[in-house]
Amino acid sequence: MARTQATSLARRLALAVLVALAALLAFAGSAFAGAIVPESGGSPNADHIATLYKLILVVAVVIFIGVEGCLIYSLFKFRARKGAVAAQIRGNTRLEVGWTVGAALILVVLAVFTFALLPSIRNPPNSGPAGLQLATGTLVASGPPKKLPPNGKSLNICVNGQQYIWRFTYAADCSNAPLNSPFSYQQMVVPVDTTVTLDINAQDVAHSWWIPKLGGKFDAIPGYTNHTWFKIPAKYAGTIFTGQCAELCGRNHANMTAQVRAVTPAEYERWLDQRKQDIKAADDAAAKERSQLQQQQTP
Amino acid sequence: MAATTTEVTTTTTAPVPQIVARRVEPERTGWTSWVTTTDHKRIGIMYLVLTFVFFILGGTEALLMRLQLSQADNTLLDPKTYNELFTMHGTTMIFLFVVPIMAGFGNYFVPLMIGARDMAYPKLNALSFWLLVAGGLVFYGSVFFNPPECGWTCYPTLSEAQYLPNGGVDAWIFLIHLTGLSSLVGAINFYATIANMRAPGMGWGRLPLFVWAILVYSILLILALPVIAGAVTMLLTDRHFGTHFFDPSNGGSPLLWQHLFWFFGHPEVYIMVLPGFGIISEVLPVFARKPIFGYKAIAASTVLIAFLGLLVWAHHMFATPSPTFVLIFFMLGSFLIAVPTGVKIFNWVATLWRGTVEFKTALLFCVGFIGTFLIGGITGVFLAVFPVDWQLTDTYFVVAHLHYVLMGGAVFGVFAGIYYWFPKITGRLMSEGLGKLSFWLMLVGFQVTFLIQHSMGLDGMPRRIYEYADVGHLELYNMISTIGSFILAAGVLVTAINVLRSLKHGPVAGPDPWKANTLEWFTTSPPPVNNFDVVPRIRSVEPMKDIRRQIARQTAGAGEAPPAPAPESAVRA
Repeated sequence: MARTQATSLARRLALAVLVALAALLAFAGSAFAGAIVPESGGSPNADHIATLYKLILVVAVVIFIGVEGCLIYSLFKFRARKGAVAAQIRGNTRLEVGWTVGAALILVVLAVFTFALLPSIRNPPNSGPAGLQLATGTLVASGPPKKLPPNGKSLNICVNGQQYIWRFTYAADCSNAPLNSPFSYQQMVVPVDTTVTLDINAQDVAHSWWIPKLGGKFDAIPGYTNHTWFKIPAKYAGTIFTGQCAELCGRNHANMTAQVRAVTPAEYERWLDQRKQDIKAADDAAAKERSQLQQQQTP
Repeated sequence: MAATTTEVTTTTTAPVPQIVARRVEPERTGWTSWVTTTDHKRIGIMYLVLTFVFFILGGTEALLMRLQLSQADNTLLDPKTYNELFTMHGTTMIFLFVVPIMAGFGNYFVPLMIGARDMAYPKLNALSFWLLVAGGLVFYGSVFFNPPECGWTCYPTLSEAQYLPNGGVDAWIFLIHLTGLSSLVGAINFYATIANMRAPGMGWGRLPLFVWAILVYSILLILALPVIAGAVTMLLTDRHFGTHFFDPSNGGSPLLWQHLFWFFGHPEVYIMVLPGFGIISEVLPVFARKPIFGYKAIAASTVLIAFLGLLVWAHHMFATPSPTFVLIFFMLGSFLIAVPTGVKIFNWVATLWRGTVEFKTALLFCVGFIGTFLIGGITGVFLAVFPVDWQLTDTYFVVAHLHYVLMGGAVFGVFAGIYYWFPKITGRLMSEGLGKLSFWLMLVGFQVTFLIQHSMGLDGMPRRIYEYADVGHLELYNMISTIGSFILAAGVLVTAINVLRSLKHGPVAGPDPWKANTLEWFTTSPPPVNNFDVVPRIRSVEPMKDIRRQIARQTAGAGEAPPAPAPESAVRA
């Protein structure tokens, strides 16, 4: 039958495409980042998302070629010609049950892929040996439902979205951060090989935290705290990762950019100390100016 | 309304006249006849014309946005105008074009396809249309003041009075209310019409698939619209009367809005595409000269898609703070929808298989629909996998996906419907040459515009930004997309010209130019006010095929006694 011939041909074709695609993605995957594959490379969760995406892409391309192929083939092969008579077929229960089950099975496969990779995307790992050595009790996040590394130690940073800038507070407990916690705007500085957990919220309208190479988007919604993590490999010390707000937050939504600068742990600690001193100096200067103004005003 | 008539009976067992005219009034003419009409066909025409005007408006807004984005750091539009444009574009296309144009087709063709004289409630039908007009006026009235700039999703807290104090958001809220009421009244009308006014013999298993689609469309509207009506009312009271439903600083929740909005918003997607599916299921078999493959599977999958469509709303919210269990539930639910959708696509391809395919413009749009919608369906599976969605959501990948679904799905379906049914509505055929030109321009323009947008999203470009820096290949990608959008617009323009030209100059179509299957082709083109003088008894899904076969038999075997059940179906000479 023409039908079975066509299916076996389609099957062979599909197999060939599958092999070719898998090879292409395996050897040149990074070359496609930002064109047909999401960006990755800055953190294991971003890498695993890209892997999951590629697995789905392979299945998708096979289905795409199969269905579009059948469509174009039937249009070409069965176009109206002199003497051609249309077969008056109203259905075929076995075939229809077959493709329903087939479609469901493909989705089961995709679900298996997802569940296999989910833990490595959702759950943060321990910091590496080259990372910041986190003493217990300081800079350690706590409390459910946030995911923590198995050893419970992570460098926690509070991310706060505001029209139209990101504020980063370097504190372990974001809901109760000390008033003198170091902070920065727009650029976050983090040590490499260290698991960084983020507590994300917003103070005015909804925003969305997104640095493509460091993993997916996490909405910053006023009244809620969202969580994600990343761990930048040691070789990226000195690299700046960029991203921008991904949820419409007003007229200058397009200009709400963010940067994550990866540095060595030693450099990070130096930077943090410098920030603390700078902030203290600025506070002192402001306090001094305030008292001067008060003295001027009092006769 | 020309003739005051009395229906004597609907079941014909003896060849007696079915409708007796007691008195004939002169037909009204002029614009007042349109304003006061309750004829489903005239209301249908007004729906189609009005919504097409909104389509042109929404399309123009899209072209302006594409112009702004054609260059990196472009300064053609300021951020306020750009935000207003994408808000108006999305809102117009969804609430003033796709949903109501389906109501327009439904209005015109549901009564004709089921052999009814009009809708169940003709005056409510007129109310539906005029509420839509009111919604459109209120919304576009804001152009002269401050159009909304919160996107078609209008998430609080951005849409609260504190952040967008001007009246634009309120105009948007009233549009939702007015078009929502319009659709709700229309949906009840469709449901009552389809449930009660089918021709004798037309059981649920013989209902045309387009009518199945409109039935399910109506049920979805009835289930989903009250939720959004409630949500926008809460937003309105938040903005003006001091409530705090969505204000977190006073115990409210912006996430509540997202849940309510998408509980409506996701069924809305199926409200838009299911009637498109219905059009495809009508047109394909006609031009393949073959019965639809798996009628029951297509009808059942329509119902199943609608049911599942009510259970997957939070897949629009995968990036919000939600427990993993919730994310998994909505991922698997979204996977499930792919099965009945896939079944439909397979059935359509199988309908073409071993047929004799006639490449009329209507068929081309159907094929363009299947090929394009397939891509939207596949990218939908990517987005259903929530870890992958974390990278893709709120980027141009999603913009591409939704246009593949709605433009490829609904709009190509609408154009297939226009080319297929124009002869019935006007009595004249459209130009096939211009039609095919329009199809190819639209198909090529569409793919050039939107395929590259997947890459823009993967390259890090979020949606709803008025400018971008030239990093990666963004400027190149955007330029390609802009060029495509103008090709697409040219395609739409060709069809608009084709429609206007064919109204006067198209060849006369006759009652059944396509040798089609359903009952609307049984009456004259355009149909008389009362639609049918006699309604035939329905014996299959393809009543017109039965009638043609019977005529052939009766004219061939002249003199012989007609077959036993023949008088059951009265045939107009």
